[in-house]
Amino acid sequence: MNLGCGQAVESMSMPSSSVSCKSGDGVSDQFPVGLRVLLVDDDPTCLLILEKMLRNCLYEVTKCNRAEIALSLLRENRNGFDIVISDVHMPDMDGFKLLEYVGLEMDLPVIMMSADDGKNVVMKGITHGACDYLIKPVRIEALRNIWQHVVRKKRHEWKDAEQVGSVEDGERQQKLAEDADYSSSANESNWRNSKRRRDEEEDAEERDDTCTMKKPRVVWSVELHQQFVAAVNQLGIDKAVPKKILEMMSVPGLTRENVASHLQKYRLYLRRLSGVSQHQGGLNNSFMGPPEATFGSMSSFNGLDLQALAATGQLPAQSLATLQAAAYGRSTSKSAIPMPLVDQRNLFSFETPKLRCGEGQQQQPNNNNSKQLNLLHGIPTNMEPKQLVSLHQSAQSFGGMNMQVNTHGSQSNSLLSRTQMLNETSDGHVSRLQSSTGQPIMSTGCAIGVLAQNNNARGPLYIPVSIASSTPDFSVNNDTDLSGSSFPLGSNAGMSTFSSKGVLQEEFNSETKGSRGSLLSYDILNELHQQKSHVWGSQNVGLTYDASQHANIRGSLDVSPSVLVQQGFSSFQNVGQNRNAVSKAVFSARQESGHGNAPNFSRQLNTFLVDSSPSVKAERLPDSSYQNILFPEQFSQEDLMSVLLKQQQEGTGLVESEFGFDGHPLDNLPV
Amino acid sequence: MEGVIQLQRQLVEYRTSLYNEGFLDDQFIQLQQLQDESNPDFVVEVVSLFFEDSQRLLNELTKALHQQSSDFKRLDAHVHQLKGSSSSIGAQRVQKVCIAFRHYCDEQNTEG
Repeated sequence: MNLGCGQAVESMSMPSSSVSCKSGDGVSDQFPVGLRVLLVDDDPTCLLILEKMLRNCLYEVTKCNRAEIALSLLRENRNGFDIVISDVHMPDMDGFKLLEYVGLEMDLPVIMMSADDGKNVVMKGITHGACDYLIKPVRIEALRNIWQHVVRKKRHEWKDAEQVGSVEDGERQQKLAEDADYSSSANESNWRNSKRRRDEEEDAEERDDTCTMKKPRVVWSVELHQQFVAAVNQLGIDKAVPKKILEMMSVPGLTRENVASHLQKYRLYLRRLSGVSQHQGGLNNSFMGPPEATFGSMSSFNGLDLQALAATGQLPAQSLATLQAAAYGRSTSKSAIPMPLVDQRNLFSFETPKLRCGEGQQQQPNNNNSKQLNLLHGIPTNMEPKQLVSLHQSAQSFGGMNMQVNTHGSQSNSLLSRTQMLNETSDGHVSRLQSSTGQPIMSTGCAIGVLAQNNNARGPLYIPVSIASSTPDFSVNNDTDLSGSSFPLGSNAGMSTFSSKGVLQEEFNSETKGSRGSLLSYDILNELHQQKSHVWGSQNVGLTYDASQHANIRGSLDVSPSVLVQQGFSSFQNVGQNRNAVSKAVFSARQESGHGNAPNFSRQLNTFLVDSSPSVKAERLPDSSYQNILFPEQFSQEDLMSVLLKQQQEGTGLVESEFGFDGHPLDNLPV
Repeated sequence: MEGVIQLQRQLVEYRTSLYNEGFLDDQFIQLQQLQDESNPDFVVEVVSLFFEDSQRLLNELTKALHQQSSDFKRLDAHVHQLKGSSSSIGAQRVQKVCIAFRHYCDEQNTEG
């Protein structure tokens, strides 16, 4: 084995030696020797074996057995790794979530592996953006070839850069390539060298001169990012379209694709920071996110928009859920659902964003789907029967919208039916909710409807945040839709469908059980969702937001926000998109409220997400940003809260009877 | 020396028999190949790690099974992990048993 590696290295070294001379940096020219691999697996036996195998291939290996550790490692050394290998089933975080995060934040190739060779799981890996999927037991031959993914990715980045147009860069690249007289790997190594070189060079270079293209990957320096953020803020998180951002930034050499992908990541980041309330803002933004957005991001965007909308619209969870649901529904089925949800939101406060979301969704069905699904998922947990009822009323209005949106007429039907159910349970709440939170209710209603469609069983679990309930439905619908569609998100949604059905129920159960039923359940859902597609994640995020919102208003939802945050976090992880959505939500929320606190909020959310510690998160949530965003919703939220609580009490019984899950994370996707 | 040689021979025979009986498979051979001078006790390390880990898993499984209403999802998760570990080191029989176990879990068959 070593021989093989050595030989490979030798062959590489010859052609690349000239290159290395040129680059003059410390980059190894003996590609793929020295490839920096990050290995994540909870199984210590596997970890040890794989590490040994990778070392035999002369790679640099860093192993960790927890996904959070891996993420923090990656974040600390942005350029410290070339490729990530991760297990699918991990106790702390779903491998797919990690996959999404890595893809969105660091854009590194990720290889999934598992003893699970079921087609569904493999498909899930692909849709989440994995470069490859290895079946355990992993043979060393398989590992020897992983460098191809690094090269391929670099190639793609380079191609993107080329489009931006720097002739110089192209020439330079070619020159380098020619000089070395390479084998493809040599070229790659050149690339790497030059890329590294560029990475080491000032970002300004990349930005200022037209040769942003030089590097296959645009490095977003602090300045550049600030410009970006300024542009986004100016445009408004909802309206921040890559094209406009690009124009505003007026950085030569920057392509729309660069901006788009960065925007996506940024949204995710915001989402993470802000939590549920932010979702709404982010959602909108995410919708409009770059077309390149990965599948996950796509959906997350939708979810974000929804969430953002929800956050602002006082229906943090509800509207989000609905929107998300809509988003999902739309993307998957290209139905108008997302639109309606969005539209509804607009009615209340975020018209523009919503519409955009809808549009965005349509443009990027994937995003929408995932987002919505995610949002929905997240929200459902929060929703309690009572709230659902209240949502029902709003939902009815949404329901109409949903109907319009959803090609699946069932949604509206379900929504209506749901709302009806809700009404029965909590008429009082409904009225209250309606009055106070017209918007949120609507969204919730939508969400409920969505949920209803997919999960009639869920009926009993009306989470105060109708969105939550709707989300599950939505997700379910989406799943079905998605299953048919080819969107990567769709698949996520689809996956969530399968899981969502079960999960949703679980979520509901968990939620009702918790003191903050919705919030807690959200958490559980989150766990559950983690297993599922990211869609769930986004939902969770949405929920988180919702929870946070509630918390802010109430100030008593310490538990829930944290829960949500955690969930949101996990959901984010699952869904890279969600992240964007969240950040967008945060962002949009910020903009909506016109307060500068939103960023704080998003920060908090971020913290929450990162910490995943309930107490910490809860505290953070009640930040001013929330309040800024939520102030119009305060009233409604309180109502919602009361409804939620009531529902929880009532719903607990229902929920438990309905679902037998005890919130165990769905560890195994259909095997 | 004689003793050592004999022991080695016994070891080889034992190992071969394990292969033949399907306890071990090719993966184990790969594992052995990974061992080299820089890491002389690699196989030992891995196998003992496997034992530790699987012991923990088996304990969890036992606990879970003894419960009134076994949570098959959790059982499945544990078994899945055991399956992954065992397949990584080449413990073929264990892996096969895991697969059967999982089928039972799918059917929610406690008896199985």
